[in-house]
Amino acid sequence: MIKRSFFKSSYLPYLLIFPQVIITLTFFYWPALQGLIQSFHLSDPFGIESRFVWFYNYIELFTDPLYLKSILITVVFSMSVASVSLGLGLFLATMANRALKAKPLVRTMLIWPYAVAPAISGIMWLFLLHPSYGIIALGIKRWLGIDWNPVLNGTDAMAMITMAAAWKQISYNFVFFVAGLQAIPKSLIEAAAIDGASPFRRFWTITFPLLSPTFFFLSVMNIIYSFFETFGVIHTVTQGGPGGSTNILVYKVYQDGFVGLNLGSSSAQSVVLMALIIFITFLQFRFVEKKVQYTG
Amino acid sequence: MKLRKLFVCTIVALGLAMPAGVFAEPVTIEWWHAMRSARGKVVDHMIEAFNASQTEYKVVGTNKGNYDETMNAGVAAFRAKKQPHILQVFEVGTQTMMLSGAVYPVYKLMADAGHNINWDNYLQAVLSYYMNADGNLMSMPFNSSTPIMYYNVSMLEKAGIKPLSKTDPITWDQLGEITKKLVEEGIAPAGMVTAWQSWTQIENYSAIHNLPFASKANGYKGLDTELQINNPQVLKHIERLKSWTADKRFMYGGQKYQGPKSEFISQNAAFYIDSISGIAKLKSAVKDFKWDAAPLPVEAGTTKLQNSIIGGASLWVLKGHKKKEYKGVAAFLKFLSSNEMQEYWHKETGYFPITLDAYNDLKAKGYYTENPLQEVGITQLNRAVPTEISRGLRLGYFVQIRNIINEELELVWNGSKTPEAALDNAVKRSNIQLRTFEKTYN
Repeated sequence: MIKRSFFKSSYLPYLLIFPQVIITLTFFYWPALQGLIQSFHLSDPFGIESRFVWFYNYIELFTDPLYLKSILITVVFSMSVASVSLGLGLFLATMANRALKAKPLVRTMLIWPYAVAPAISGIMWLFLLHPSYGIIALGIKRWLGIDWNPVLNGTDAMAMITMAAAWKQISYNFVFFVAGLQAIPKSLIEAAAIDGASPFRRFWTITFPLLSPTFFFLSVMNIIYSFFETFGVIHTVTQGGPGGSTNILVYKVYQDGFVGLNLGSSSAQSVVLMALIIFITFLQFRFVEKKVQYTG
Repeated sequence: MKLRKLFVCTIVALGLAMPAGVFAEPVTIEWWHAMRSARGKVVDHMIEAFNASQTEYKVVGTNKGNYDETMNAGVAAFRAKKQPHILQVFEVGTQTMMLSGAVYPVYKLMADAGHNINWDNYLQAVLSYYMNADGNLMSMPFNSSTPIMYYNVSMLEKAGIKPLSKTDPITWDQLGEITKKLVEEGIAPAGMVTAWQSWTQIENYSAIHNLPFASKANGYKGLDTELQINNPQVLKHIERLKSWTADKRFMYGGQKYQGPKSEFISQNAAFYIDSISGIAKLKSAVKDFKWDAAPLPVEAGTTKLQNSIIGGASLWVLKGHKKKEYKGVAAFLKFLSSNEMQEYWHKETGYFPITLDAYNDLKAKGYYTENPLQEVGITQLNRAVPTEISRGLRLGYFVQIRNIINEELELVWNGSKTPEAALDNAVKRSNIQLRTFEKTYN
């Protein structure tokens, strides 16, 4: 028996996807192509002088040790953001999914931070963690005896922006994990419990594999988030500092292109960034997705 | 529903009728600026004053966001051939604007419009920042400031130190002694902080001591300029600041103004170096201690002290409009530099009045006896005729160069690099930027 509907018209599907194609062409392919062309040019911002320089912008980039460092910083940053937000999101979701009395309330409260813009989240964490006036920072200094100073110390700054960026993403992950957890049949877990499996074992052998499609989807989304949308956090909290230790690729594109008006280099950086994200997503689909179990 | 439709139609009809009815007579002049909130209101008021003073032209001011956003808006508009007549651009964008081929130089505009301007009547250290190598003014200075040193009078009193002079700078050695005393006696948690470290500690330090920041007269005389900040004097200064971090005589408070300023306001530091435009903010924020301002410290034994250099923005006139409109632009720029407008601007924002006339007039009216803080910067800026080196900086990709200097200095403060290695690397990295810039325009 065929469940799907059939349409005889041969042009209708094309007509229906037409608006989407137009939008993708105008807002993705066309600018991407412009960027690619621009990356082979040196031009003044007003567009009066423009010279074709082959791979000059790319050579300048890859012979700059700081650009390579910026790539490394970006990878470290996005991996930390993704693991912190996925880990905590999953933890909170499993906890909130248990039989709590105030379950709906807890869930709603946990979702709220997602409504906060990254820039605001950054400012908030800065207020908490600033070495001079941050409440948490003063606590860290007094009780943990750590000389916490994200204004001067690159590692501290990285920890601070990771927290600020991951914090709001936790809620996003939480929503998806809760939905995923609710789709897991209770009977499976109960059966395992009867067989004497510990809660931890039940989680790893039943819940987690069944959550893997959600987990995979979220890992892709989180990596993309940490590559691009964390711009606001960096901009308000560290501006890439101290000493360039939080200068992630997308911030550098902004600094060089929008503020510094070096359009050629900035375009080349955008192209590299695009290639990098395509590569990472490809790796995820190629190697991680194989382990994902889609059911139903 | 019908009523609503009618309402919308009326609005649209009114909107369509408006331009014909209201704007038909005067020539409209577009001015895109980056002045918001309190400063934005001052700008609006100046525009209103101009529009009320005559009927031929009507200036329309539009805030396009901060400096970067305003410049980008101007660039995008120029590419789309919808540029405003006047665009406010921050000082680091000067070289890009000058070479763009998109501007109508102000000295030429004024001459073409038949205004005979006595440029000698302007503050030379302000004008020189926006002149080309031949000494012709390319853009009209608008908001100009210079760094000065704020200090906590209450703390100095506690240590038995007399308030500092507002005209004669103390030396860096003296500052070192004072801060040492304050920190050792537990009066201040730290000695000094500084905002905009590249601008205050390297650019202005170099200008005041007549040390070249870059070759070719700081870039005024050619695009093949190279940074020269790794000279022995600047190196010694950075080494000194680094040594001061060890005993807290100097504390690094972060790149942007929020950090260092809040350290000063919360009395974590006794001295604070920042732009004169900080006066208004300190006045409103500081309630629990006395503070004052002094000129920037200098090296002991400097025979001739030079002027400090400015920061801020200037007004660029963009090409591609009608002659009649440019007449209006010229009239407006002239109006802005009138005594009345300059005095109003200076009083409301703290930025310099750009003409000597306005300054002298304010002085005669006793404004500076009442507001001695406002004169500290002007005295420092006017204490010498600018030399080729102290007149300003003319570098391509200056934004990137400032970022590089910031980064390298931070690596000094957190101990990852020696001052020598950092300055050498800053020069090396900046020169790469300068070569790319040169390649773009050759």
